[in-house]
Amino acid sequence: MRFLASQRRHPLAGFAVMLAALVVTGLSFAAIDSGTEQVAADTVSETVVAQGKTLFAEGCSSCHGLNAEGTTDGPSLIGVGAAAVDFQVSSGRMPMAAQGVQAPRKQSIYTEEEIAALAAWVASTGPGPAIPEPSDYDTTNADLSAGGEKFRVNCAQCHSFSGGGGALTNGKYAPNLDAATAKQIYEAMITGPQNMPVFSDTTLTKQDKQDIIRYIEELRKGSNPGGLDLGQYGPVTEGLFLWTAGFAALIAAAIWIGVKAK
Amino acid sequence: MSTTISNPALRWVDERFGAAKGVKTALNKVFPDHWSFMLGEIALYSFIILLLSGVYLTLFFVPSMTEVVYNGSFVPLKGVKMSEAYASSLDISFDVRGGLLMRQVHHWAALFFVGAMSVHMLRIFFTGAFRKPREVNWVIGTVLLLLGIVEGFLGYSLPDDLLSGTGLRISEGLILATPVIGTWASSLLFGGGFPGTDFIPRIFTIHILLIPGIILALVTVHMLLVVFHKHTQFPGPGRTNRNVVGYPLMPVYMAKAGGFFFIVFGITVLLGGLVTINPVWMFGPYVPNAVSAGSQPDWYMGFLDGAVRIMPALEYTIFNHTLSLSLIVPAMILPGIMVTLMALYPWIEAWASGDKREHHLLDRPRNAPTRTALGVMALTFYGILWISAGNDLIAITFGLSFNAITWTLRFALFIVPALAFWVTKRICLSLQRRDRDLLLHGRESGNIMRLPHGEFIEIHTPVDEAVRAKLLAKEDITPVLMPPTEDANGVALPRAGRQRLQAKVSAWFYGDNVPKPTEAELAEAEAHFAHLTDGQHHDHKEISSH
Amino acid sequence: MSDLVHHESSTTRPTPAPIPHALRRADIDPKAARRAERQVAIMFALSALFTVLFVIAFVAIDPSVEIGLPVIGTTSALNVSMGLTFGLAIFLIGTGAIHWAKKLMPDVEVVEERHEFASSAEDVAAASETFKVGAAESGVMSRPLIRRTLLGAMALFPIPLIVTLRDLGPDPATSKFHTMWRSGMRLHTDVSNQPIRAADIPVGNLINAIPDGLEEVEHEEGNLNERAKSVVVVVRIDPADIRSQQGGTAEEPWDYNGILAFSKVCTHVGCPISLYEQRTHHLLCPCHQSTFDLADGGKVVFGPAARPMPQLAITVDSEGYLVAQGDFTVPIGPSFWELS
Repeated sequence: MRFLASQRRHPLAGFAVMLAALVVTGLSFAAIDSGTEQVAADTVSETVVAQGKTLFAEGCSSCHGLNAEGTTDGPSLIGVGAAAVDFQVSSGRMPMAAQGVQAPRKQSIYTEEEIAALAAWVASTGPGPAIPEPSDYDTTNADLSAGGEKFRVNCAQCHSFSGGGGALTNGKYAPNLDAATAKQIYEAMITGPQNMPVFSDTTLTKQDKQDIIRYIEELRKGSNPGGLDLGQYGPVTEGLFLWTAGFAALIAAAIWIGVKAK
Repeated sequence: MSTTISNPALRWVDERFGAAKGVKTALNKVFPDHWSFMLGEIALYSFIILLLSGVYLTLFFVPSMTEVVYNGSFVPLKGVKMSEAYASSLDISFDVRGGLLMRQVHHWAALFFVGAMSVHMLRIFFTGAFRKPREVNWVIGTVLLLLGIVEGFLGYSLPDDLLSGTGLRISEGLILATPVIGTWASSLLFGGGFPGTDFIPRIFTIHILLIPGIILALVTVHMLLVVFHKHTQFPGPGRTNRNVVGYPLMPVYMAKAGGFFFIVFGITVLLGGLVTINPVWMFGPYVPNAVSAGSQPDWYMGFLDGAVRIMPALEYTIFNHTLSLSLIVPAMILPGIMVTLMALYPWIEAWASGDKREHHLLDRPRNAPTRTALGVMALTFYGILWISAGNDLIAITFGLSFNAITWTLRFALFIVPALAFWVTKRICLSLQRRDRDLLLHGRESGNIMRLPHGEFIEIHTPVDEAVRAKLLAKEDITPVLMPPTEDANGVALPRAGRQRLQAKVSAWFYGDNVPKPTEAELAEAEAHFAHLTDGQHHDHKEISSH
Repeated sequence: MSDLVHHESSTTRPTPAPIPHALRRADIDPKAARRAERQVAIMFALSALFTVLFVIAFVAIDPSVEIGLPVIGTTSALNVSMGLTFGLAIFLIGTGAIHWAKKLMPDVEVVEERHEFASSAEDVAAASETFKVGAAESGVMSRPLIRRTLLGAMALFPIPLIVTLRDLGPDPATSKFHTMWRSGMRLHTDVSNQPIRAADIPVGNLINAIPDGLEEVEHEEGNLNERAKSVVVVVRIDPADIRSQQGGTAEEPWDYNGILAFSKVCTHVGCPISLYEQRTHHLLCPCHQSTFDLADGGKVVFGPAARPMPQLAITVDSEGYLVAQGDFTVPIGPSFWELS
């Protein structure tokens, strides 16, 4: 500490502090892109509609109404289908922690059985998309590069080329796809959660969806042939890296050259 | 002097070109040493790196928009239809060993090139190095910066990936918005409709031949002028407006500047190996029916993109013709004004100061408060436009609404730069006052002394020679005097209006300067110190010897 | 010590600046000088070593091999090895040279005098005289006929250089006013290129669509120009939520039971946009954030775009597939001079 205190009026002290700050900023880009692990929810085998109704009354009815008819706080769920319930609850978006422009992904508070029961009950209120079978989102026969083309035309406009997500109007956003399971991606496409449009099986076929899921899985492998990926935000983070770490390194060298040797 | 050159090769050269005389002068050329004088060198070295890596890339890049089916080693794009330009960019990245490294080196060097030109220009601006006799070199620098930006944008467009194609689509929209000639210009540039098949080969020629050629020529002139004018220097002991103090080219400067080239090159190559830039394989080939969220240009185009983003919708129909002010204002008028003001600034300031002398000693930014404040104001304005280009990424990163951010930035663009001007000027003037105090009252030594009657005082010691020389180099500019409007006989003077305007601007520029102490004041201060140190000499020495 | 540096060349070297100069460790202590010498040599030697390593990496590492590195993650082994070895090889030459200059080369600052740039009065007079005499000899002022014809010729001769640029592209004529959409032309899904049955589209659905036959046109023209103009987005909105449309009557509406088709090309600068929010019915451009309300005739609700998104009138054919009623009635994409 005494060394630091005695050096703080050194003519280079200001530069040293600034350089340290710049380098820290530069390095912190490495931390931007941190994926979270998500346990996949298996498909439901048997459901108890009655159990679902009870769970619904306890956890969902304050916003969606006792009979899923909707209230001023939440939309009607009649006819949304089991897939929508499974998507929303398994991804932790429902129940919402607080009213906001958009429900964020979080840890689900229900077990797989409970989610299945809830889905079965909501599905019983009116016809809607069913929970997809594992064969629906199985990507063994998927075409990776066709998936890429379909992803860029149908998904990248909101979720970005990297699946990293993007901004929508008034604070809404298309989420990062890193944590979504294949099943959840499939469910999102057929149900159109929140402001995402629906991509029904009739207009974007099962094969199309499998191709897309295959491509997203490829994106998530996280291989960066060029080195540190800077969060895959494109030129913006490249520019920030340039102006922090890049120029910090060059200017540090320039200062070293200019300082007289002892 | 009958010394002959013993080395036959050197003698051969000298007998034909008389090189010895020039070499002698060149080797003794003096360059002052300061880290900020290296910024222009970064730009120069980046340009050399760009030429080297660029030539390498041309050996593999195919500037063609002909459609091919990709069959290289990047699996996720196998079988996808794309242009030859994009396919060859993928080949360079995955099938040419060292190709990816060179691509990344080229791109990082391009970002460094424009960035270094910009900070170099800021250094020139804030230290007043653009003043007589260097105004023309300032303008050459401005042109180089613009050429660098255009060159960078064309290079960014060449790989024909989805991101760069989106950039081209936006450029096409801007060209179309040009009044009168827009539609024709677009048709000529793209060889018909957008995207056509002509554009990439055309910009390739411009990117690798035309613009680099012009840049090379201008850089040569730029540097010859630096040698001719001799480098400016910061004030300090022994440094005057009539000399230049530093290291001779041979050997010190040569080793330092040459070494710095290798450092810049080395850092760029390290970045090329360690940090991804422009991962074209992630974006996919350009197709006009797809787009990615978060589509941004490289940093140097950011201010333009930002201006276009925060511009409110504005379009008029005049005499049956459409005037798209949504684009004309932010993408043509605004950058036009910015560049013109930048290029003309040396003359604007010279007019305001009425100063016709040569300046080789640099200003400390605080000693030109209005210039510094104007510079910070311009920088803030630019910065807000730059931030605007990332409004969507800021929104998603910080969980905000881009609508709110955009509205905030629309107001901030006018308020914050004005605020920045005022704050900067105040800070400069305060620093001037501090410098004046330092000269008159010395530095606080940290030594407390108790006077015989019990009062405690902190001993001030005079500043050392180097600091003193630096502070005394301040130039006080007296504003141009307000001329009378009529002569002694009451006859109106011609040109009085212009002179009065000059006087007003001059007063605004230089009116609130804090003058440097006069000779008399300095002499008095010295006498005071001499008196104080008589008694305190002993104490002072003891403490400083720890 | 500083004497030693300068004694042999004091006549041809610039004079040292009259400023205080502190001696360096290497100036006083031969050991320190030798240490500095060693440090420089080590840097140069390491540089050479890294160059050798570069060549080894280039030959030995397969381009497809990936390695996991801390901070960076999974990356190409070849690229990172080449970057590190080559980068360090270059970098160390630089640091070596500078270390050498700083520690061992003379660090006495020297001074060079400056001279006025303006020419002396005699030179100015002589130059001006020479020019005047030369000008008189040429007769450029006394023979106005020559002067004027020369100026005229000089003014005109660049014209061919500009004229020859004419064939860079065709006359745009009316190409910006129409697309390939025709009455009865089916809408196909983009990428998969399949016709779209109206009954298959649920409310809230989004389809990126292209005209039937686009690929044939592209094949014929050899470019993507038609794709850049004719791409559309198809959405289905609950008819009760649709507040207005750009055209159509109650008998012949432009939508089909709430299925609406709009151009996908932004009216601002032409980005293809399909960021559709199914609840707000907003279509957002990712390039400059122009926002269009598809439930309200494609009106601009935010951002720099000035014109609504052009609507494509659609209906269904006898088999229930979506077809266009005709071309767009207004030009799609960014504004241009001849637009209105």
